[in-house]
Amino acid sequence: MRTEDTPVGTTGGGDTGSDGELAHGEALAYTPDSMTLTAGRDKSGNPEAGDVVFRSGEITALLGPTGSGKSRFLSDIESLACGDTPTGRTLKLDGRAPDADERFALQGRLVAQLTQNMNFVLDMGVRDFVLTHAKSREVEDPEAAASRVLQAANALAGEPFGPGVQLTQLSGGQSRALMIADTALLSWSPVLLIDEIENAGVDKRRALDLLLASDKIIVIATHDPVLALSADRRLVFEHGAVKLVQTRTGEEERVLARLEAMEGEMSRVRGVLRRGERLLLA
Amino acid sequence: MRLITVAGPPSCGKTSVVARACGALMGQGTACAVVKFDCLQSRDGELYREAGVPASVTLSGGLCPDHFFATNLEEAFAWTGETGAEVGIIETAGLCNRCSPHIRGALGVCVIDNLMGIDAPEKIGPMLRMADIVIVTKGDLVSQAEREVYRYRIRQMNRRAVIRHVNGLTGQGCAELAAIMAQAPEVASVTDMKLRFSMPAAVCSYCLSETRIGGRYQKGNVKKARFEEFGGAHAD
Repeated sequence: MRTEDTPVGTTGGGDTGSDGELAHGEALAYTPDSMTLTAGRDKSGNPEAGDVVFRSGEITALLGPTGSGKSRFLSDIESLACGDTPTGRTLKLDGRAPDADERFALQGRLVAQLTQNMNFVLDMGVRDFVLTHAKSREVEDPEAAASRVLQAANALAGEPFGPGVQLTQLSGGQSRALMIADTALLSWSPVLLIDEIENAGVDKRRALDLLLASDKIIVIATHDPVLALSADRRLVFEHGAVKLVQTRTGEEERVLARLEAMEGEMSRVRGVLRRGERLLLA
Repeated sequence: MRLITVAGPPSCGKTSVVARACGALMGQGTACAVVKFDCLQSRDGELYREAGVPASVTLSGGLCPDHFFATNLEEAFAWTGETGAEVGIIETAGLCNRCSPHIRGALGVCVIDNLMGIDAPEKIGPMLRMADIVIVTKGDLVSQAEREVYRYRIRQMNRRAVIRHVNGLTGQGCAELAAIMAQAPEVASVTDMKLRFSMPAAVCSYCLSETRIGGRYQKGNVKKARFEEFGGAHAD
């Protein structure tokens, strides 16, 4: 009787034909100084106005109504688009499109991404998950890294959670906090894409500070006016394409200051109400 | 003809991915054809035809789908050749996860999705372990960290495969897969080629349509399980 894993009449799967050279370069680290997404097409197939160039240490906000093409734009960056996505855009690193081998090697390495997904689906405990992630990222001390991630996530989340809890049992805010802490502390990717951080049910400002601690190319899709105005520049989307590129005016500086003060007041009042105290005019 | 086998659990997106990749190949002027081995029912023929890919769907019905696949490989290969295809793809249903339909000397692709459990790469066994390319779908529905952890588990099961994330719905990544498929080894005939993993043995009384339960009805290649003292099956 043959046993489960012993092939009979073969020696296993060693023979691969001509494709053996494809499995290499997974750990390649590459930090581009600039990244360009070339002009593509809008939803009607009309050409986009121009290329968009990103530099490290710079925050770009993407604005526009739902369905206007922000997520598609992020996804073109994440997938290292080479004219193979619905928009026809191409991603260039330091001015040139990576060849097929480089694209293979960079896939999943160039970009860290925080998407709108609020919940985990994997059937693992929180600590196991973060530890496995740390190992997959080949960090030096995975145990210590995992502890740092859990600590940071708990600092962001409204209510703390233990290391043994299942990922799928985390609340939306807890999941989001863990995703943010994980991205900030375990990822070395030079590009960070953030989709809709404001709906997270976490401390937005602390989350952003945690994420901004490194010198990355940061691209944020947002409906939040404070986040949008805080960015170095804004891309405005319409009908699937970039319509405008804007930077903050002096007038907008003052609007931003006012909005930040209002946010401060909102969070002060929220805190007072949560504690069951009476409100006083500030 | 370049020959590719594609396997993966049910509903993981094999047909969408293959149809998209074939679309990309045909867009470059490379003729493709697909033979789909399925078990009970399949709408995949329509899906391929909608994508403009010549396809033949065949159902194993009451037979072990893996044996059905192996005993019809020569004919399947001949059919794809008759269509004039330069790239021939043989897609199999998830089957029982015990087999690997991949053939030594042909390109073996395994498709798996990000929504399956963390132990799925281990559970689907040889189909993934013996693959040259592992395509992971539904990555847009999970976090990046989950994609990376899942990929790590796949890597633990298969050290040498190329692992790629592909979106079967939007087609993202399918052009890359098409480029890999265009490099699949040329195969003149599948006769005398070898499977990378042996099929499960059978030929017991139930293979011959026995339906009654009980030791006295069991004849042929019968394997008895050993059980733990307090539940839990234990195979020899």
